[in-house]
Amino acid sequence: MVHSFKRILLAAGVLALGVGAAGAATLDDVKARGALNCGVSQGLPGFSNPDDKGNWTGLDVDFCRAIAAAIFNDASKVKYSPLSAKDRFTALQSGAIDVLSRNTTWTMSRDTTLGFNFVGVMYYDGQGFMVRKSLNLKSVNELNGASICVQTGTTNELNVGDYFRTNNLKYELIAFATIDETIKAYDSGRCDAFTSDQSQLYAVRLKLTNASDHVVLPEVISKEPLGPVVRHGDDQWFDLVKWSYFALVDAEELGVNSKNVDQMVSSPNPEIKRLLGSDGKFGEAIGLPVDWVARMVKQVGNYGEIFDRNLGPNTPLAIDRGLNKLWNKGGLQYGMPVR
Amino acid sequence: MTDARWSEPAPTRRWSWTDPALRSAVIQIALAIALIWMAWSFFANAQANLARQGIASGFGFLDNSAGFGITQTLIPYSESMSYGRAFLVGLLNTLLVAALGIVLATIIGFLVGVARLSKNVVIKALASAYVEVTRNLPPLFQILFWYLAVLSTMPSPRQSWSFGLQPMFNAFAGWASGIGLTPLSDMLAALAGDVSAPGVFINNRGLVVPRPVFEADFSIIFWIFVAGIAAAFLLARWARRRQERTGQQFPSFWAGLALVAVPPTIAGFLLGWPLSFETPVLRGFNFVGGIRVIPEFVALLVALAIYTAGFIAEIVRAGILAVSKGQTEAAYSLGLRSGPTLRLVVIPQAMRVIVPPLTSQYLNLTKNSTLGVAVGYPDLFAIFAGTTLNQTGQAIEIIALTMAVYLVISILTSALMGWYNKRVALVER
Repeated sequence: MVHSFKRILLAAGVLALGVGAAGAATLDDVKARGALNCGVSQGLPGFSNPDDKGNWTGLDVDFCRAIAAAIFNDASKVKYSPLSAKDRFTALQSGAIDVLSRNTTWTMSRDTTLGFNFVGVMYYDGQGFMVRKSLNLKSVNELNGASICVQTGTTNELNVGDYFRTNNLKYELIAFATIDETIKAYDSGRCDAFTSDQSQLYAVRLKLTNASDHVVLPEVISKEPLGPVVRHGDDQWFDLVKWSYFALVDAEELGVNSKNVDQMVSSPNPEIKRLLGSDGKFGEAIGLPVDWVARMVKQVGNYGEIFDRNLGPNTPLAIDRGLNKLWNKGGLQYGMPVR
Repeated sequence: MTDARWSEPAPTRRWSWTDPALRSAVIQIALAIALIWMAWSFFANAQANLARQGIASGFGFLDNSAGFGITQTLIPYSESMSYGRAFLVGLLNTLLVAALGIVLATIIGFLVGVARLSKNVVIKALASAYVEVTRNLPPLFQILFWYLAVLSTMPSPRQSWSFGLQPMFNAFAGWASGIGLTPLSDMLAALAGDVSAPGVFINNRGLVVPRPVFEADFSIIFWIFVAGIAAAFLLARWARRRQERTGQQFPSFWAGLALVAVPPTIAGFLLGWPLSFETPVLRGFNFVGGIRVIPEFVALLVALAIYTAGFIAEIVRAGILAVSKGQTEAAYSLGLRSGPTLRLVVIPQAMRVIVPPLTSQYLNLTKNSTLGVAVGYPDLFAIFAGTTLNQTGQAIEIIALTMAVYLVISILTSALMGWYNKRVALVER
C-alpha cells in the first residue's frame, strides 16, 4: 500500500511540476495514438483560429497538418490544444503536446533553460504599435507619455520597456492576462496604443469595433522570429519537424505546389527528384516513407501556398510577405537542401 | 485536606493497543512522520526533476532586472530595477487595495446591516435588495462590470470632467467671514487664489487630483495635529472616567474635534500656510503632475468593497438580532434614548457575535484581490505569480513565496481580529 501511495505522490509531483517523462520516441507515440497533438493559440486570425464551422485554420495550423500528412498521409489527423501565452510552455514540457506551433518568439532563454528546441522560423515578425487614426501620429517616438496596452507573458511586454527607456520616453504599461482583455481595454479608450507583433496587430484590428479608425505605426521595434518548438531529448522527432519545415520552403523554391506535385514526381530535375522521393530514400532517415514531401505538398501545399491561403492578398489580413519571401526573392525564408 | 483517591499508587502503564491514550499517541506520531516524509519526498522529487531538465532553481533571480513596467507604484520603481523590487511593488499594491477594501466594506456593511433592521419599509427593502444582488453575483463579474461597464465609459483625457477647488475654498471663505473669523476667511481666500485652475479631473485613465507639496515648516503643523489627536483621546478617557464616577457628562466629541482642528489651523496661519498644490496639467496623452488613481484600482476596490459588504451586512444583522430584546427594553426603561441604546447596549453585545465571522470576510476580501489580474491591476499575484513567473520559469520558488505572503497576511489579520475579539468578549466578573 505504501508503495502505491508513493507512486501516486510521485505522479502528483511530476504533474504539479509540469515535468513529464520526455519519452524517447515521440514519432512512435504519435503513430500509436493515430493523431498529432499540436499546441496552437486561443484564436489568432491567420495563424491559428477556428473558422465558422469550428475547423482550425491558419499558418501555424497548416504546419501541423503538413506533419500529419507526412506521417499518416492524412492532414486531418491532428488534435489541437488551444493554449494561452502563459500556459504554452508547460504544455510542451509535460508532454501534453508533441509540437508547439503557436506564434512563439525564438529567444535564447526559451531555447535553452526551458528545455526546448526551436525548429526554424515559420514567420519573421517584429513588434509594432497600433493607435487611433484621430491622434495623427507618424511615429512611435511621438508616443511620449502614452498609456500602452499589452498582453502579459510575451516578449512584447519587455521590448516596450527596453525601447521607451532607450529613447528616453515616458509611458504607462497596462498588462492584461489574455489577448481579448487587452483588446477590450484598448477599444474602450483605456490606452492610447496597443502593442504586439505586427502580424497580430492586423488580426487584432479586425476584432475592433471600427477597424478603419486605427492605424499601425511604421516602426518595428524588435525582432520576433516565430517558429514551432519541440522538447529536448528526442533528436529524431526534432529532425522530422525541422525537415518538414525546410521541405515546405524547398518545395516553393523548386516550383512544386499542390496542383503540379503529381507531374513533378517524374521531373528530370535532380533536386525535385530527391525532394519528392523518386531518387534516394531521404524520408526513411526520419522514420517516414520516401514520398513524405509529396504527401505534405499535395494535401497542404508548399510554404508560399500556405502563406497566401492564410495571410495573403485574398485574405482579410492581406499581409505583405516582406521578410518572409524566399531568400532568392529578397526575403529570409531559406530551406536547407535535401541531399 | 487530602483526598484518598490521589494517594493511591498510579497503575503501571502497559504496552497495550487497547489503551486509548497510548493508541492515540502512536497514531499521532505515525501521522506526523508520514506528513514529514510526504513533504520531503515532494521536495526531493521536485529537485531531482528540475536538475534533470536543467531548469534553474533558487532565489537568485530576485536580483535580476525585471524589465517590465508597472502602472501603479507606491514606491519608486523602474524597469531596470530587480524582480525583488517588483515583488515589493506588487505586495504594497495588494496591501493597499485590501486595507482600503476592508475599511470601505466594513462601513457599508454596518450601514446596510442596520438598515435591514429598520422599521422604515423603503430603507429595509433597499438594504435587502443590496444584500441579495451583491451576495449572489460572482466577484469577478462585479469587477469586470465596474471596469468595463462603468469606468471605461468615462470621457477621454482631453474631454475630462474637471472640478476646480476654487469654488470650494471661496465658499468656505465666505462662511468664515460670515461668522466673523476674518483671518481664517483671508487665508482661505488666498488659498483659493492659489488653485485658480481646475485641479480635479475624471477620465477613462482615472481620477487626477492636485498633489499637496509640503514645505519644511509644515512638519510643525503636522506634529501639532498629532498632539491634538492624542489630547482628544486623553480627554475622552478622562470624560468617560468622570462620567463613571460622578454621572456627569462632558461634550468630549466636540471638545476633541476642537483640539484636533483649531491648534493646527492657528499654527498654519501664523506660519503663513506652508503648503502649496501641484496642479495636474494635460500634456500630450495624459495628465502630468498631481496624484492619479488608476481605474483598475478603483474598479477592484469598489467591486470588492461592495461584494464583501453584502456578507458583512448579514453578519451585522445576525449579531444585532442575537442580542435579546430584553436588553433594549431594559435600556429604554432606564431612560436611554434609542441612539445611546444601540451604541452602548446593543452593539457592544452584538460585536461578540459579529467579530469571528467578520474576520473570515476580511480574509476573503484580501484573497479575492487576486482577481484584479482580470482588469490589469498590478497586485502581487499579477506581477509576481504572473509576469515574473512567466519570464523566469521558476514556478516552485515563486508560487511558494506568493503562498507564504498570502498566508502571512491572513495570519496577521486573524491575529489582529483575535486580539480585538478578546477585548470585546464577555468579561465575566
